[in-house]
Amino acid sequence: MESIIGFFNDPYINQVLTLTGVYLITALGLHLITGITGQFSFGHAGFMSIGAYTAALLSLHLETPFIINVLMGGLAAGLAGMLLGFPSLRLTGDYLGITTLGFAEIVRIVFINLDITGGARGLAGIPRDTNLTIVLLLAVLSIICMYRIHDSRFGRALTAIREDELAAEAMGINTLLYKVKAFAIGTFFAGVGGGLYAHLIQYLNPADFGVSRSFELLNFVVLGGLGSVPGTILGTTVLTLAPEFLRFVKEYRMLIYSALMVTMMIFRPHGLLGGVNFRKLYLDLVHRRLAQLAKTKDVGGKQQ
Amino acid sequence: MEQIQTFIQLLPQQLVNGITLGATYALIALGYTMVYGIIQLINFAHGEVYMIGAFIGLLMVVYFKVNFFLAIICAILVCVPLAILIERVAYRPLRGSTRLAPLISALGVSLFLQTLMTLIMGPNAQGFPQIVKDTIYTVGTVKFSLVQVVILLVSSVLMVTLHMIVKFTKVGKAMRATSESYETANLMGININRIISFTFALGAALAGAGGVLVGMYFNSIHPMMGVIVGLKCFCAAVLGGIGSIPGAMIGGVFLGVAEVMGVAIGFGTYRDAIAFALLILVLLLKPTGIMGKPIQRKV
Repeated sequence: MESIIGFFNDPYINQVLTLTGVYLITALGLHLITGITGQFSFGHAGFMSIGAYTAALLSLHLETPFIINVLMGGLAAGLAGMLLGFPSLRLTGDYLGITTLGFAEIVRIVFINLDITGGARGLAGIPRDTNLTIVLLLAVLSIICMYRIHDSRFGRALTAIREDELAAEAMGINTLLYKVKAFAIGTFFAGVGGGLYAHLIQYLNPADFGVSRSFELLNFVVLGGLGSVPGTILGTTVLTLAPEFLRFVKEYRMLIYSALMVTMMIFRPHGLLGGVNFRKLYLDLVHRRLAQLAKTKDVGGKQQ
Repeated sequence: MEQIQTFIQLLPQQLVNGITLGATYALIALGYTMVYGIIQLINFAHGEVYMIGAFIGLLMVVYFKVNFFLAIICAILVCVPLAILIERVAYRPLRGSTRLAPLISALGVSLFLQTLMTLIMGPNAQGFPQIVKDTIYTVGTVKFSLVQVVILLVSSVLMVTLHMIVKFTKVGKAMRATSESYETANLMGININRIISFTFALGAALAGAGGVLVGMYFNSIHPMMGVIVGLKCFCAAVLGGIGSIPGAMIGGVFLGVAEVMGVAIGFGTYRDAIAFALLILVLLLKPTGIMGKPIQRKV
């Protein structure tokens, strides 16, 4: 027990795990947008940065409580997501993806040019309020949220949109409204993740929220298994920890990481856990056991 | 008032600068639009092909002291097999898979090439030696530098050649057929795989040439130069209507001019945002771009 507590108290391990949790919360937002609703978003980091800057600026200037700041960050990002969503969610597929990417780039460049955000020098001196406990708690809450959404009428509408938008519309689903709602919720999670990130790293720079970060988040969701919460958890954990484990190869780290990305996609195009249905697996197992039990009973009956 | 006057005075000059920049954008945008037209994939590695083209040009000029024309040829000779290899390794196994799988694969290739070039060439910007004399021609109030003339000439020749290939040759016809429908093209005896490879090769040739031209124009290249230019050129392709070759040319030039004008009227710090803002505006007004065909939704 003592060694386990010691393990989590190690500053390096603690930091890496907390960061994984923060990314997980952000990635779950993208999971809702891309995995469940099937809408491409290549600009998730932009919403993360909106949340991060909102929360950080509230902490620095108004000194409101930490949790409220993080929530406000989430709301700001969600609002931005909604504002972008209404006009752009009429677009489909890659067009939507490139629009969100463009939006995130514009956000980044605006943050570089604003005075209040510290511009390209970045924003320093943010208090370190994020810790492993809070992040784990919020991550578990987010996971429960995702499952609740998935099993709700709302979530089923979103899945219907992913499977066939035209058919969903024919079933009476207001696709635009549902897509915007999903987008707003997804970007809210990104904002919360951003707020937590700001209070963990204690320093924000617009360069941290560029295209590469957006694509990294997309990787989390896709490599683990698109549309699956366990997949997102696995993808985020593996991909956040992989660069840490790959530290020993030093400068070849990103080379191996990127080569892994390509090979992973070639051998598991649906992601690590893509197409794996845990509930079905469990039920199958139960059914098999029941069938086995029944069989042994039958055999036993005949013998008597 | 005075500002507006100087702006109008400088307008023809800005237009020339904008069109020159736009011509290089158009060269790269063509690769995006052709590949998207044929396999519906945003080839994120295309920006890196352009970056490698620029570095090959630099190496040839510095170590072999060749002239710019040979440098462009060498860049094309390296970029074409590279793009064919990328398609073969990273995209072909994923054909017929979900939309996102090849996209992630493309991102992986792009990251791989960036890291590789950073390891080989170092992360810093490298100066591109001046291989074209800095002669300046004056026509009225407008000044053309020799580099600008070279860029405009080379890119026009390349674009006209591309247009000829796609419009009038047998392989061009096959490309157009393949982008309409794989199955039908296949039934007509077209080897789909070979046509897709050919499309990548054409795009890479233009990107390689574009890399050398941009190196000559801005005198500086670095391993990350493909990222933002690649995204902007994809925007240009979407602006013009993705899948349309004249669209990509128009989109590229339009973007180049808009960027130069934007900087001229004082949005210098927002330079990279101009492309994306334009893209969002155009997509909202005409979702298929300037020259794009309307999308049909079928049940």
